[in-house]
Parts: sequence; C-alpha cells; structure tokens
Amino acid sequence: MPSALNKFILFSVLLAALFSAPHNLYAKDSETPKDLKTEIKEYISHHLEDAYDFRLFSYTNDQGKHVYIGIPLPVILWDEGLQTFSSTKLHHGEEVAHVGSNYYKLEHGKIYKTDEVGTINYDESHHATNIAPLDLSITKGVVSMLLIAFLMFWLFTSLAKTYAANGGVPAGVGRFFEPIVLYIRDDIARPNIGEKKYMKYMNFLLTVFFFVWFLNLLGLTPLGVNVTGNIAVTFGLALLTFLITNFTGTKDYWLHLFDPLGSSMKWYAKIPLYIILIPIEVLGIFIKPFSLLIRLYANMQAGHIVLMSLIGLMFIFKSWLGSPLSFGLAFAISLIELLVALLQAYIFTMLSALYFGFAAEEHEHH
Amino acid sequence: MEKLISEFSIGLFFWQSMIFIGLLFLLRKYAWGPILSAVNQRETSIKDALASAEAARTEMESLQSDNQRILKEARAEKEALLKEAHSTRADLINTAKEEAQAEADKILTQVQEAIQNEKRAAINELREQVGSIAMDIAEKVLQKELENKDKQVQLIDQLIQDSDLK
Repeated sequence: MPSALNKFILFSVLLAALFSAPHNLYAKDSETPKDLKTEIKEYISHHLEDAYDFRLFSYTNDQGKHVYIGIPLPVILWDEGLQTFSSTKLHHGEEVAHVGSNYYKLEHGKIYKTDEVGTINYDESHHATNIAPLDLSITKGVVSMLLIAFLMFWLFTSLAKTYAANGGVPAGVGRFFEPIVLYIRDDIARPNIGEKKYMKYMNFLLTVFFFVWFLNLLGLTPLGVNVTGNIAVTFGLALLTFLITNFTGTKDYWLHLFDPLGSSMKWYAKIPLYIILIPIEVLGIFIKPFSLLIRLYANMQAGHIVLMSLIGLMFIFKSWLGSPLSFGLAFAISLIELLVALLQAYIFTMLSALYFGFAAEEHEHH
Repeated sequence: MEKLISEFSIGLFFWQSMIFIGLLFLLRKYAWGPILSAVNQRETSIKDALASAEAARTEMESLQSDNQRILKEARAEKEALLKEAHSTRADLINTAKEEAQAEADKILTQVQEAIQNEKRAAINELREQVGSIAMDIAEKVLQKELENKDKQVQLIDQLIQDSDLK
C-alpha cells in the first residue's frame, strides 16, 4: 500500500507541475507589469538556475500576491558560524530573512547579507556588492541529486541481490540495466582502457554514466530540475575525471607528456620543439576534462532553453495554428532530448574512459 | 565566461562532490562489485560449460570410434574362433575315425585269431575223435575178422605177402 500511495502522490505532483507551468508565466511580477516575452525569458532563465526551494507551481491570488506551492528546503550558510534556516524565510526574494542577528536577502538567485531593510548595493556593472556568505544550502539541485543517488543505490543494490537470489541471472528491472552495465564494460571500458586495468575504473564509469543519465532524464520531467545543465555539477564530475586520470597515470603517461618524442631524436634537437610541445601537452590535460564539463553543461542547458522556449511560444502565438505547431515542435524536441540525455551520458563516460586509457597506457619497451 | 563563473555555486559543487563520491563508494561496495563479479562468474561458468561440452563431444566421438574398432575386432575374433572351431571339429572327426578304424582293425584281428584258435582246437578235437572212432571201428573190424583161426592165418599170410618179405 505505501508504494501505491507514493505513486499516487508522485503522480499528482507531476500532474500539478505539468498543468501549473503556464500559470507561472502570467503571474510572475505584479508590481511592474512586463510583456509576455520578457516574462517568458525571465521564467526560462529562472528555471535554468538552481533554487532554494523545490517549487512545484505558483500562482497569483486575488490580492495580486504570489502564492508558491512547493517544498521548502534548508538554507545552510557559513557566516561567522553556521546559519541554518528554512527557505520559506527568504520569501522568494520578496522579503528579508532575519536569522539570529543577521539579515539575508535573495537577489538574482544568490543570498546576500543585508541590513534590516534589505538594501542591496550595486556597482556600475549592476553587480551586487553586498557580502555573499559561503552558501552550502540543500538546494533543488542537491535534492535532485540525493534523489537520484538513492534511486541508483536502491536500483543497483537490488540488481546485485537478484544475482545471489536468482543463481547469477538478473531478474525484474535488472534485465534492462544489466545489458547497459555490460555495454559499458565491454564497449567502453575494455577497448579504451585495456583488458588489464579496466576493472579499476569500472566503478567510476558506471556510476558517472547512470548518474548523468538519470539526472538528464529527471531534467526532462515536469519537475523541471536542471542539474546536469549546471556548471558546478559538471565541473564536479569533470574534476573527478581529471583527478582519476592524473592520479592513476603510469610512468609512460607522464613520459609521453614531458618527453613526447622519446628517443627518436637527440636531446639538443628536442629542446626547441619542447618549448612549444610541452606547454601544449600540459594544457591538454586540463583542456580534456574542461571540454567534458562544458559539453555536458552546454548540451543540457541548450536543450532546456530550446524546449522551454518552444513551450513559451504556445503562449505567444495563442492561435489555432501556431500553438499546436509549437506544441508539436516541443514534443519532437522532447523526444530528441530523450536521446540527448542518453547520448551525453554516453559521451561523458566514453571520453572519461578514453582519458583513463591514456593514463593507464603502458608501452612495450624495446 | 564571466557569467559562468558568477553562476558557479560552491554549495552545489560541494554537495555534488559529497553525494557523488559517497555514491561511488557505496555502489562499489554494494552494487558494482557484486554485479561485476556475478557477471564474471556467470561468464566463466558459461565458458567452462561450453568447453566441457566440447570435451564431452570429442570424448563421445573417440568413444564411438573406439566402439567401432572394438566391434570390428570382436567380429574378426568371432570369425577366427569359428574357423578354428571348424578345423578342430574336422580334426576331431578325423582322429576319431582313425582311432575307430584302428580299434576295429584290432578287434578284427583279435577275432580272426580267436576264430583260428577255435578252428584249430576244433580240428584237433575232431581229429582226435575221428582217430578214436577209427580205432574203435578198426578194433571192431579186427575183432570181427579175427574171430576164427583161418582168417587170422589167411590175413597173416596176406600181410606177409603184402609186405614183400620175399
């Protein structure tokens, strides 16, 4: 029964989020009425950012005030000591949060320390000059990642258990995931890293693949989380690839980095070449993971922008022809995004494996 | 680039790293390790099963050829045995015949000998009996002849005459 109840709750939440999204478009800001296009633009950029609460939908009530329906999340700040309070105190940037003896205000998705009335000072390029305390809040993105982490843990431990219970044969949902695990092992890890060392990297490759894939898919749900389209997340993932690559680098890997020509040339001939070559090689070890983080970020970000813009178009056209057309387009893009979600996870894993392969290579010495 | 840096949330990065590294270690212990080892085990067991099936097949083939060979040998042996039995039978018959012949011959000669002996004995006996009968007859004749004196003298005379005592 609890699972049925859970399913029902989840379904209602999804449904609510699906049907409530348009409401939000009209009910953004009551003080300064904006045209629809700016509103949609703001809505999209707001959606792409992380949020301090898990908002399901919002509407404007009869008094013209915003009512937000969602789950408040804890805000954790380090500001001369740990400051924790519920995100409801921030009131979506409309009011100043009073915590202890400090005042905080949400401005453009960031929490700033302010005075009692919430004054935000700006410099000439319109950047807030207030102090931004170290922010370790459990945001929407963190909740999504935790959700996916629990899902993955539950999914794959249960898959592991079916092997023991079922005599080495997967059962249930494991039948779907086992071929993917095997694909990553046989077609990504083995050919790129090599038969001898691939096992060492399998944990990371499998975890990163499913983590990215599931988060990508979660981004396509009406919950509208954009975790893999966040630069901090992709940076974290790529940083791990970078660290693993360089910490498991063999002697040959470093030799290739700092002595790429080897013994094929005399040392005095190599010097002028190496003045150019070695900086390029060293730059390369940073560029490789950097390309990983930018690629994933840009792809997911772009997908969300396109999809939300197309949905927004429906409200701009408001015609019998235009709205169904943009709906059709949005639907088609959704299908493509479904593919992109898998593809980006695959590419991230594949390239990570490739870089690990460079690090793990061992030449035969003659 | 500036936008990217201003967008960068240290909090999100911190939590992402914590969650991901935690997940990495948890999954390694409870999921990927067991899954990969189970899959490996399954694969090696399949490989082993295939190899043993192949081995069984070749063994089967060798057994079959062995059977064929043994059958052939048995057949040849049977034929040889039959041949030998035939020749033994012929030999046996021949020797039996010869022995029987010899025995028969021996018996025949013995019988002949016995017959000869009997014949001889019979002849002897006959001879004796004929002799004694002749003697008896001669006696009786003599008695009759010599009943009177005249005849005796006459006989003596005749005998003397016959004996050529002249």
